[in-house]
Amino acid sequence: MEMPLPDAAILSRKAEIVARLLGVLPTDAVIHDPAETRAYECDALTAYRCAPLAAVLPRSTDEVAAVLRICHEMRVPVVPRGSGTSLAGGALPTADCVILGVARMNAVLETDYDNRFIRVQSGRTNLSVTGAVEADGFFYAPDPSSQLACAIAGNIAMNSGGAHCLKYGVTTNNLLGVTLVQMDGTIVTVGGPWLDAGGIDLLGVICGSEGQLGVVTEATLRILPKPEGARPVLVGFNSNEVAGTCVSDIIKAGILPVAIEFMDRPCIRATEAFAHAGYPDCEALLIIEVEGSPAEIDEQLARIKAIALTHDPVEFREAADEDQARRIWLGRKSAFGAMGQINDYMCLDGTIPVSSLPYVLRRIGEMGAECGLDVGNVFHAGDGNMHPLILFDANKPGDLERCEAFGADILKLCVEVGGCLTGEHGVGIEKRDLMSVQFAPADLEAQFRVKDVFDPAWLLNPAKVFPLEATASRRAG
Amino acid sequence: MRPASEAEVCDMVQAAGPLVIRGGGTRGIGRAVGQVLETSGLAGISLYEPGALTLVAQAGTPLAETEAILAGERQRLAFEVPDLRPLLGRGGVSTIGGVVAANASGPRRVQVGACRDALLGVRFVDGRGEVIKNGGRVMKNVTGYDLVKLLAGSHGALGVITEVSFKVQAMPEVETTLVGDLEEMAGLVALRAALRSPFDVSGAAYAEGRAMIRLEGLAGSVGYRRQALAAVLGGDWDVMEGAASADLWRRVRDVAAFADMAGAVWKLSVKPSDAAEIVASLAALEVQAIYDWGGGLVWLLVPQDDAGAVRVAVAAKGGHATLVRGLAGMTAAVFPPEPAGVAALTAGLRAQFDPRGILNAGIMG
Repeated sequence: MEMPLPDAAILSRKAEIVARLLGVLPTDAVIHDPAETRAYECDALTAYRCAPLAAVLPRSTDEVAAVLRICHEMRVPVVPRGSGTSLAGGALPTADCVILGVARMNAVLETDYDNRFIRVQSGRTNLSVTGAVEADGFFYAPDPSSQLACAIAGNIAMNSGGAHCLKYGVTTNNLLGVTLVQMDGTIVTVGGPWLDAGGIDLLGVICGSEGQLGVVTEATLRILPKPEGARPVLVGFNSNEVAGTCVSDIIKAGILPVAIEFMDRPCIRATEAFAHAGYPDCEALLIIEVEGSPAEIDEQLARIKAIALTHDPVEFREAADEDQARRIWLGRKSAFGAMGQINDYMCLDGTIPVSSLPYVLRRIGEMGAECGLDVGNVFHAGDGNMHPLILFDANKPGDLERCEAFGADILKLCVEVGGCLTGEHGVGIEKRDLMSVQFAPADLEAQFRVKDVFDPAWLLNPAKVFPLEATASRRAG
Repeated sequence: MRPASEAEVCDMVQAAGPLVIRGGGTRGIGRAVGQVLETSGLAGISLYEPGALTLVAQAGTPLAETEAILAGERQRLAFEVPDLRPLLGRGGVSTIGGVVAANASGPRRVQVGACRDALLGVRFVDGRGEVIKNGGRVMKNVTGYDLVKLLAGSHGALGVITEVSFKVQAMPEVETTLVGDLEEMAGLVALRAALRSPFDVSGAAYAEGRAMIRLEGLAGSVGYRRQALAAVLGGDWDVMEGAASADLWRRVRDVAAFADMAGAVWKLSVKPSDAAEIVASLAALEVQAIYDWGGGLVWLLVPQDDAGAVRVAVAAKGGHATLVRGLAGMTAAVFPPEPAGVAALTAGLRAQFDPRGILNAGIMG
C-alpha cells in the first residue's frame, strides 16, 4: 500500500512544531520521543506501520482547537485517532503527521433518561457508554465487535455498525449531535438532543467521513431502553442457497430479529476445532436472535421455526437456558480467533444484496481455489454485510500481496452484484485504491468538494479514503 | 420544464438560470424564485426485492404508486410520510423524490428514524449539470462520504434528485393504540414514560386533549405490551385497534386538526421535555399545539405573525422552528437561522454543489 512521501520540510521543523504544541498542552500530552511515538505507528490493520512525527493527547475541545490551529498554521497533516482499532488503517500515521488522540477525553457530560440521550466526550469507549446507563435499564445500540476498546470518536468517523444493527441501525442512525473542531480550529456544534439537526444534514455527512472533515470531541447519542430479554436459535443447512432463501423468507414474513449471523463450512470447521461449540458440520449455519419478553420471544421463534422447517434444515437448535444460548453464540464469537489460530488472516467487509448471496459465496470459493488461498465466511446475513476471512502466511514472501489481490477481487465482485466495498469498517487505506471501482470520477469529485469545504488545505487524514492520484493536486495545495 | 430523463435534467440545468425544483409541489416550503423544473417525468420503480427489503424508484414516481406496490407485498415505507396537502391548501401528486428532498417523516420517527435513515442511495444532478450517485441499494454501506444524508432534507438546494433507493419495512400483523384523556402536562409525561419503557412504542403523540401511544407487531406481542405498558403508566387507557388506530395516526401525521384553522403553522424540533414549557411561554399569543415524537416535534398554530416570538421561545430552550404555513404577507424566514459556523459550512456546500446559485436559491438561510 503506497503512502505519500513525508514532507522533508515538515520533518526538519519537528523541534519547532513540538515546541509550539508544548505551548498549548501540558508536557505529558505531547509525545515526541521516537521510542514513544512508535506506540502510535499502526491501528488494527497491523500490516502497515509508520511512526508519526508526534502524538498529542488533549483533554478538552479547546485544547483540540489549539492543536489544530497550530498544525493548520504550520501546514502539518493531522491524523485523528480514537482507540486505534480500525481494521482499515483509518488511523495509520505518516512520518510527517501529528496523531491527535482523543483517548483522554472520556467523560460522560450529561445523561437524560426522560429525553433518552447521553452526551459524552468522544474518547469514551463504546461499551462504557452502555456501561454508564445500563444500571438504569438503557443501552447504546451500535455494537461493533471491538466495542470493549473502540472509541465513540472512531465509531462516528467510520459510521460503525455491529451484529445488532439489523434492528437498531448503525452509528449514523443513533447520533443526534456533535461538537466538531475543524482543521483551522473553528468549533462547530451540529444537532443536539432533538431528533432533527435542522438545515442541510451536516451531521449525516460528518458521520462516516473517516476523520477527514473535522475532529469530533463531543457527541450526543440516542440511548434506548433495554429489551426484556433475548434468545438465539441455531439453524444448519446443507446449502448456502437454501440458507439464503430462509433468511429472505424470515425478513419477508415481517419478523425482525435483532441479528441474523451466517457462517459457512470452512468457518464452522475452524471454530469447532477451536471453540468446540458443538455446531453441526454443515454447509451453512444461521444464528438468529430475537428480543422481548419470554412470551414474545416464543412467539417470534415459533414463526422462525415454521419458516426454517419448510427449508429442511440439518438442525434447528433452540436454547432452553442461558448456558445453551451462550453455546449457540460461542462459535460465532470465536470465529475470528479460530481463523487466527490456523494462520494470519485478512478480514473483508463488502456488502451485497441478500439475493446475490449464493452466487457470491460460490464465486469466492472458486476464486480462492484458483489463487490457492483458503477463505471462510462469517457475516451479518440480514443486511448482506459479508466478512470473508482470507487465510495467508505473513512470513511467506508474496503471500500478503496474493491475499490483498484476492481480497480486492472479492470486493470488486461485491460491487459488480450491486453492493459496496465496505459495510462497516470504512475505507481507510485498505480500500482506498478500489474506490474508482464503485464510483465514477464525478461521484468522487463530489466527495472531494465536501472535503474542500470543511478542510480546504486537505490536512486532516489526507492520504485516506480516496485514490492517492485522484487527490494529489488537492493534497499538494 | 418537465424533463423525461436524467440526461434531460442535466441539459436543462446546464442551460438554465434560477430554477425552482419541484416534485409534485405538495410539500415544498421556502420562497425560491425562478423557472420551475418538475421531476414528475422521471417515473417508475426500477427495482423491488421484497426479500431484501429494498426498493429503487425514479424520483418522480408518485408516492401513492410506491406505497401501493409495497402494500402488494405487505410492506411499506417505515417512516410514515405525512400528507400535508390539506394543511398547506395544495393539490397535486406527491412524488417520492419530493419526500426525500423534504426528509418527510411521520410519527414512527421515534422508533425507526426519519426518511434519511431509510434512504440507502441517491442519484442527483448537481448545479453544474453533472450526475452524481452516492450510496446504493444495500443496507450497510460506509464507502466514501455519506452524501445520501446530505441530500435528504436538502429541499432541492444541492441538486435535482433523480433516483432514490430505500430500505422498506414489513407491515405489522396488528396495530393498537392506547388512548388516554389527560391534561397536556400529564399526557406528555405519559408519552415520555412510554418511550422509556422496553415495549417498543412506534408512536407517541398528544393532540386534541388525548395522549396516544401506538404499538405494532405480532398479535401476541402487541397484546402483551399493551397490558404491560398500561400497567406501567397507570390510569385509564382506551384501546383502539386496526383501522381506528390507523385513523388516529393519520390525523397526527397530517396535522389534520390545523388544516381548517386559520393561522401560521410552525414545526418545532425540541428536546421532548421542553416542549410544553415552550408552548406555555407563548400562551399570550393564543397558540395551539399538537405534540408528536413524544414531544420532540411540536406543530404550533399561531393566529398572528409573531414569528420573532416563536423563534425566541425555541431558542431560549434549544432546538429550531420552521415556518411550514405562513400568513399572507408574512416575511419571516421559513427555515431556522443557523449559528455562524454551521451557516458557513452550509453555504460552502451549496457553493460547491451549485456554484452558479441556481438551485432553489433563496431557501434555507
